[in-house]
Amino acid sequence: MTAKTLTRMDLSEAVFREVGLSRNESATLVEDVLQHMSDALVSGETVKISSFGTFSVRDKAARVGRNPKTGEEVPIHPRRVLTFRPSHLMKDRVAAGNKG
Amino acid sequence: MIRSELIQKIADENPHLYQRDVERIVNTIFEEIIDAMSRGDRVELRGFGAFSVKKRDSRTGRNPRTGESVEVEEKFVPFFKTGKLLRDRLNGK
Repeated sequence: MTAKTLTRMDLSEAVFREVGLSRNESATLVEDVLQHMSDALVSGETVKISSFGTFSVRDKAARVGRNPKTGEEVPIHPRRVLTFRPSHLMKDRVAAGNKG
Repeated sequence: MIRSELIQKIADENPHLYQRDVERIVNTIFEEIIDAMSRGDRVELRGFGAFSVKKRDSRTGRNPRTGESVEVEEKFVPFFKTGKLLRDRLNGK
């Protein structure tokens, strides 16, 4: 498996091929989609994209962590984290595509 | 927010585009990400996050009801890591 890394450019290229828009406008639209999803998450909303997956924000309580190198205790402040739960369709396609 | 609301927001901001084209655009983006991962590729969206595929080794599992051992085959699962910018924004930085 020679894994490639795709970027925004590849996504806007796909949009460009799919719909007859300029490359420039395709790139802007990709950015807008990511921006709207980010904004919703920052405002605490869950973003649920059917047959893709669900992004949700969770609150983590404060706890005492440890620097694994020095063993020193460091306080970890309460924070918000983002979790992504892939849809069944995504899980199935990823599992099938990478098999063997 | 669900997919249709996301499509609506993009459509509202782009009155020159047909609604059905906006649908195709949004669907293409998500479709492309799944396609990439099913080829074993990564999708790195700076500031937002990165989608990648992780391998889960085969292991001996147990049927929790009967206690019976079962061989669980290796499998590949989707994984998402939040980008730094979004992580900071979630925490008001």
